[in-house]
Amino acid sequence: MVAVDRNEGLLAPFRVLDLTDELGFLCGKILGDLGADVIKIERPGGDPARRLGPFFKDERDPEKSLYWFGFNNNKRGITLNLESPKGREIFSQLAAKADFVVETFTPGYLDKLKIGFPVLSKKNSRLVHTSITPFGQTGPYSKFHASDIEIMALSGCMSLTGDPDRPPLRVTFPQSYAWTGSYAAMGALIAHHYRQDTGQGQHVDVSAQATMLWAFSHAHTFWDLNRHLEQRAGSFMTGRSITGAKMRVFWPCQDGYLNFIIYGGEAGRRTNQALVAWMDSKGGAPDFLKQKDWQSFDIAKVTQEEIDRMEEPIARFFAGVTKAEFFKEVVKREMLGYPVASVKEIFEDPQHGARDFWQEVDHPELGVSMTYPGGFAKFSAGACRVWRRAPLIGEHNREVYCGELGMTKKELDKLRKEKVI
Amino acid sequence: MQSLKGVKIVEFAAFAAGPAVGKHLADHGATVVHIESKVRPDGFRTHYPPYKDNIHGLNRSGLFALCNNDKLDITINLKKAPKATELAKKIVAWADVVIENFSPGTMARLGLAYQDLKKIKPDLIMLSSSNLGQSGPHAHHAGFGSQLSSLAGFTNLTGYPGGSPQILYGPYIDYIAVAYGAVAILAALDYRKRTGKGNHIDTAQYETGLQYLAPILLDYKINGRVAARNANRDPHAAPHGAYPCQGDDRWCAISVSSESEWKALCRFMGNPSWSAGKKFASHESRKANEDELDRHVGAWTSGLSAHDVMEKLQKAGVKAGVVNRMCDVYEDPQLKSRPQWVELDHPEIGNMHYQRPPFLLGKTPPGPAQRDPLLGEHNEYFYRELLGLSRIEYEELVKEGVID
Repeated sequence: MVAVDRNEGLLAPFRVLDLTDELGFLCGKILGDLGADVIKIERPGGDPARRLGPFFKDERDPEKSLYWFGFNNNKRGITLNLESPKGREIFSQLAAKADFVVETFTPGYLDKLKIGFPVLSKKNSRLVHTSITPFGQTGPYSKFHASDIEIMALSGCMSLTGDPDRPPLRVTFPQSYAWTGSYAAMGALIAHHYRQDTGQGQHVDVSAQATMLWAFSHAHTFWDLNRHLEQRAGSFMTGRSITGAKMRVFWPCQDGYLNFIIYGGEAGRRTNQALVAWMDSKGGAPDFLKQKDWQSFDIAKVTQEEIDRMEEPIARFFAGVTKAEFFKEVVKREMLGYPVASVKEIFEDPQHGARDFWQEVDHPELGVSMTYPGGFAKFSAGACRVWRRAPLIGEHNREVYCGELGMTKKELDKLRKEKVI
Repeated sequence: MQSLKGVKIVEFAAFAAGPAVGKHLADHGATVVHIESKVRPDGFRTHYPPYKDNIHGLNRSGLFALCNNDKLDITINLKKAPKATELAKKIVAWADVVIENFSPGTMARLGLAYQDLKKIKPDLIMLSSSNLGQSGPHAHHAGFGSQLSSLAGFTNLTGYPGGSPQILYGPYIDYIAVAYGAVAILAALDYRKRTGKGNHIDTAQYETGLQYLAPILLDYKINGRVAARNANRDPHAAPHGAYPCQGDDRWCAISVSSESEWKALCRFMGNPSWSAGKKFASHESRKANEDELDRHVGAWTSGLSAHDVMEKLQKAGVKAGVVNRMCDVYEDPQLKSRPQWVELDHPEIGNMHYQRPPFLLGKTPPGPAQRDPLLGEHNEYFYRELLGLSRIEYEELVKEGVID
């Protein structure tokens, strides 16, 4: 691997103290992807989220959580007990020189320890302090506990997912944590912009519930505008036609499923036409589809009857196609649609290799290098990438406490004995 | 003063992936100009319901409203080269940031590639947001988020084992790219301030989506495991699901991930005899008997209201949350108290709930303050007042169909 220098990152001059659990992991990681110096502060013994799987070779070990690796790379790691007076003193020292604090404690917890934003900002008026919680700092649910599924429920996401005659669903792999972490990074950087202009830091109050409102786009506006209730519709898409017609999204094919939708608009018309041509080349296009006047086809006014009639021969055609064949044809024929890919197929997609997306990162203590998703964007000036693997428990205690805060080895041992670190 | 006051942004963008980035920046005071044309208005205006009262109209779209509050809307017919190209360049010279989400290659065909624009604005920041990225063998393949969410693995993780994948509502992945796009612009603004350098930012919505799946991508590479959909199940919790409650299609999500939560749940259910058995004595045994566990919990919740289950379980120390419906989100007590919505009056839509950011800044509270603009509403104001065209220049461009 080519040696890389975090200083090439866009946010290299800035220091982030990251005191998040899984709800906020991605916020610090994103700032780290951009080159910021992120220090993950864990409780002595390590963050409980290190118990989240999957695990390296399925070995349950806090130093082998792939969940941890995936969302905590680009951070250094130290341990610190905020509930001890000495721990709080050390934290205050670090916060006095930091640009960002990101945390996910229950509202009021840091204030109770007298290291909340009002106290920290007295010593460091430039500080941008981002608090990430399920529901926000104030309000009737602010002290409620929630994991991914309760956030997905209260945001409304689940009401739109699943079969109509079965329970509402979430996505099996938790989504709300990543969403919340990335929107928190946006909030933190907006406050950063203001701070760089005015010298004034501030508090940023992030709500996971509010973040997830964006995950289902505009479903609620149907209620707002027309008192029409959008609901879960299984594998069908609703809301594209004012007649209430629903369109099939998932089609069984030879080796799985395809995502194809009869759309309107220019791209939709072009797609429908191209599909019929493809079907026809295999002798699978009925005359009524070949004769259809796509220029006058209006998706917003189409009826269920018309959709059903079109979907029947399409379903028959797709049943004989493989995912790879479909992907090749949609690219070639400039059609809308994609196969329903698994993680395996994502790795096989040549697009990622061509864009140099994957990154190999060494884990010397495990004797391997692992393939990570690389930077989230390509910048023409400045870099965004994975610079370092996630930290081991307390890996950088010495570097930070001795190297930066000037403690002696003896003092460090004493802190360790007193369970401060 | 709002955080981003003074930042000037111009959008050659439509649908969600570009304009929603501008919306978040406009919410915090940036001046954002949304460019459309009468010959080709934003697709949300033309073919993407809902429209007020189910009557189609260019200024009646709920989704356009959601993504474009606090912006100026101008029209320019980019096909009218060279005059339109010159005018577009003039607008870019005025701006700090360009956001575009056309399919890759389109801006270049219009003479507005980053390399062209850099000549007139050397420190320009330009975000190009696309489906699959600006380079690579599939770069030119255009698409919508509702389908890219499948290519990027999300819908494969949604639904029941052995059953069909299920949809994630709307262009799910677009709004993931929106968060990253805004982050990238903000980082580039900071970088420019310190180094004087502009930036061309290439975000592939595909790649931003994969950031959210990092652990299961590692799981495949390291352990060979292909993550699959498993409905509401979670390896770390049981019970873990949505349970039926009183009323028509009302549900409450409940999850139990520790022994103390399990004991609290049992206590709260009145320690029923089934819960005391060996079958449910540990996390492992609860996982092994999860179908039966779900039936017991569901039988208990179905006699109660969803809000009762949530409020009381929360008090007892158990994680629980009502499954809000789309008709509930404006009235949800928590969202209302933030407040998450701003009601503004729109000339054709009437009263509309505009959405505030999911993060609230203590010193510089965000908008929305202004409803979304009508098509071409700010032509005269923008071209004359902000861009400084003379009356004659402006009227000539209108007459020639360049501003149209």
